[in-house]
Order: sequence, then C-alpha cells, then structure tokens
Amino acid sequence: MGDYARVVWAIIAKDATVEWRTKTAFLSAMVFAILVLSILFFARDPTAVSSLDVAPGALWVTFTFAAMVGLNRAFLLERENGAMDGMLLAPIPRTAIFVGKMGGNLLFVALVEAISIPLFILFYNVSLAGRLPQLILVTAMATVAFVAVGTLLSAMVVRTRFAELMLPVLLLPFLIPPVVSAVQVTARILAGRPLSEMMGWLKLLAGFDIVFCVLTVLLFEATLDE
Amino acid sequence: MTRRDNALGLARNGQIVTLVALVALAGVFVRALMFTPIERLQGPAQKILYVHAPAATTALMAYAVCGILSLIYLGLRDRRLDRAAAASAEVGVVLSVILLITGPLWGKPVWGTWWAWDARLTSTLFIFLLFVGYLIMRDAVIDPDQRARFSAVIGIMGLVLVPFIHLTVYLFRTLHPDPMLIKPSAPSMPSVMAVTMLSSIGVFVLLYAGFVVQRYAVADLQELRDEEMLRDS
Repeated sequence: MGDYARVVWAIIAKDATVEWRTKTAFLSAMVFAILVLSILFFARDPTAVSSLDVAPGALWVTFTFAAMVGLNRAFLLERENGAMDGMLLAPIPRTAIFVGKMGGNLLFVALVEAISIPLFILFYNVSLAGRLPQLILVTAMATVAFVAVGTLLSAMVVRTRFAELMLPVLLLPFLIPPVVSAVQVTARILAGRPLSEMMGWLKLLAGFDIVFCVLTVLLFEATLDE
Repeated sequence: MTRRDNALGLARNGQIVTLVALVALAGVFVRALMFTPIERLQGPAQKILYVHAPAATTALMAYAVCGILSLIYLGLRDRRLDRAAAASAEVGVVLSVILLITGPLWGKPVWGTWWAWDARLTSTLFIFLLFVGYLIMRDAVIDPDQRARFSAVIGIMGLVLVPFIHLTVYLFRTLHPDPMLIKPSAPSMPSVMAVTMLSSIGVFVLLYAGFVVQRYAVADLQELRDEEMLRDS
C-alpha cells in the first residue's frame, strides 16, 4: 500500500510541478471564475431579485465551469510525446495512474475554489458567520464527485475529435445530481438553516461520491489502448 | 452466406417486424380513439396517454438495454454487443423525442402549461441529453475498438446515473400521477383503458425491436464498408 501511495503522489507532484512552471491553466481558470462570478451578479433584475437569491447558483456555475477548464487539459500532457505510454509501461498499478491524475485535478480545482470562495463572499456580500466549515464540507463533497467523473471522461475525450466540445456535452449530465445537491445545501447554509434540512441532499451527495469514485476507478482500465 | 448477406437478411427481417408493428400501431390508435371511453375529467386530451406512456416505457427500456449490453461488452469484447448497444441507444433517443413532444401537448390542456420542471419531465430530458451525448461521442471516435470501449464506459455510467438523476429531481416536487398500472394494489384505471394501454406498450416494444434490428444491420454494413475501404487503400 505504501508503494501505491508513492505512485499516486509522484503523479500528483508531476502534474503540480508542470502546472507551477507555466501557471497557464490555473491563471485561465482563475480569471474565468472571476468573470463568471461577476457576470452572474449582473444576470438578474436587481430591483426584483436580491444578489443573495442567485448566490448559491452563481457559486456552483462558477465552480463547474472553472473545473471544466482544468479537466479539459488534464490528459493533454499525457497525449503529447507519448507520455501516457511511458506511464503505462511503468510497473505500477493502472488504477494508481487514475487516482494520481484525479488527485492532481482535485488539487487544481480545490485551489481555484479556495480563491473563489473569499471573492464570492466579497462580491455577493454574504455573511457566513461561522458556517464556513459547512460550506467547505459541501464544496469538498461535490468537488470529489465531479472531479472523479471528469477525470475519467477527460481521459477518453482527449483521444476523440472535438475534445474541448465533447467534455462538457458528456460531463454536464453527470453533474446534475452533485451540483443540484450542492446548490440546495449551499442555499440552506447561506440562509442559516439547520442541518436536518440538508440531510436528504447530503446523503444523495455522499452516495454519489462513493458510487462514482469506485465506478470510475474500475472503468479507467477500459479507456486505455492495449 | 457472407457477412454482408447476413446483415442484409437481418435488415429485411427488421423491416418486416417494423411493418407488422406499424400496422398494429394503427390498430391501437383505432381502439384508443373509437373503442376506449373518454376520460371524465381530462376529456379527449387523455388519449395521448396511449402514445406518451408506451414511449416512456420503451425509451427507458432502450437505455437500460444499452447499459447492460455495454457492461457485457467490457467483459466479452465482442463488437456485436457494442453495435447492439448503440442501436438501442439511438432508438431510445427517438422514443424520447416522441415522449418529449407528446408530453407538452398533453400538459397544456391538462396542467395549463406546456412545460413544467416536474421530476419525471426533468429526468427524462437529462437522460435524453446524456444519450444524445453518447451518440455524438461515437461519431467523434474513429477507431472502432476504441469507440466500442469508450461507448461502453459511457453506457455503464449512464445506467448508474439514471437512478441518481431520478432521486435528484424527485427531491423537488412532482406533478405526474403516481404509477397507475404496475403497483401492488389493483390498477387505478378501468380495464378497458388498461387493455388499450398495455397493447400499446406491446406494440411499442415490437416497434423498438424492429428499429433496433435494422439499425444493427446498418451499423454492421457500415463497419464492413469501412473495413473494405481500409483494405483497398
């Protein structure tokens, strides 16, 4: 198990190093996130709808779109120079490659979210008052869900034509359960509702996380060329 | 018999099944319009049930078949399974279009609105879009083995996603009636209506089978042509 973790960590570190040296994808995702947050602020009638009413939806549309920017390029690195073949030739479990890539994507999306949340609080004038841990928890749960599915789909779509178009078309239907749940929970957190009112959605989110994390790890091997 | 003759024969059989189904469908329409009583509250608008509900049942069945065949494909790696899964998904998409057109037509007179973000309507739309994505993806992959593997992955994930989507939208409220026919207690529909409905479902299943067989044969012929072109070049 120690070896497995080391392989996973090596892949995460590799992706982080490559990204750190250029920062192109991260900066694009960040600028993109800020743009979406600001555009959605104006996408309402300010005399009829308060910014707090659109805030949960705006936050999750931002996270989803920004994550898609990161996921789209997740396997581009491996496609160039036959890097994927190199990894497949290495004597390491195939699932470790997937878990490593997923870890790298999680790190990427988590960083974008960590910067977006303070901006969101600032832009939408949200008062969280001690409910920040709850918001972080639901963000983590939903992010795991769509990064798991997104990493698997990304591994496939880089090898199709129109890869950048294919990812949203295939990924968005899978985001309906986690994103809808996350928006519902976020709305209740912002309104200061008790935990009992969120339980149904949180259970759905947890179920989705477990089922799709296992399923994507199992299915990854089928996406590889022999 | 060459593979080509086999495929052509299969296509002809599919045509025969489809023709029989279409004649039977005309029969169901006659029965639904002339020999089945008009519903007391909804009036003639309720007649659309005999198209709407069978389309829904067969569309879901088509997607389930696609998911199950995808799962078996990953185990056996037999491309015939992939072709059948794709054929089923494509017919499912067509049935979903019928479903999504007849739904609003019925919704307007009965609910007073063409479209409502009601649970079943919404999940139907999302599942429909998922399988449209599945078909688009198939076109975007050139290598047939790779296409089959990728499609199988999406098909299996779709099969797992459907209950989650259903749960999600179910946590919102639903306008749709509870199940009428298949439930523990007696059907809440007069038997004359239930017979029309069941025969319509049967006809739709037959129509589905006819379409899938034909689509499968066409896919086989397409692959054959691609292989021949590859060999000639």
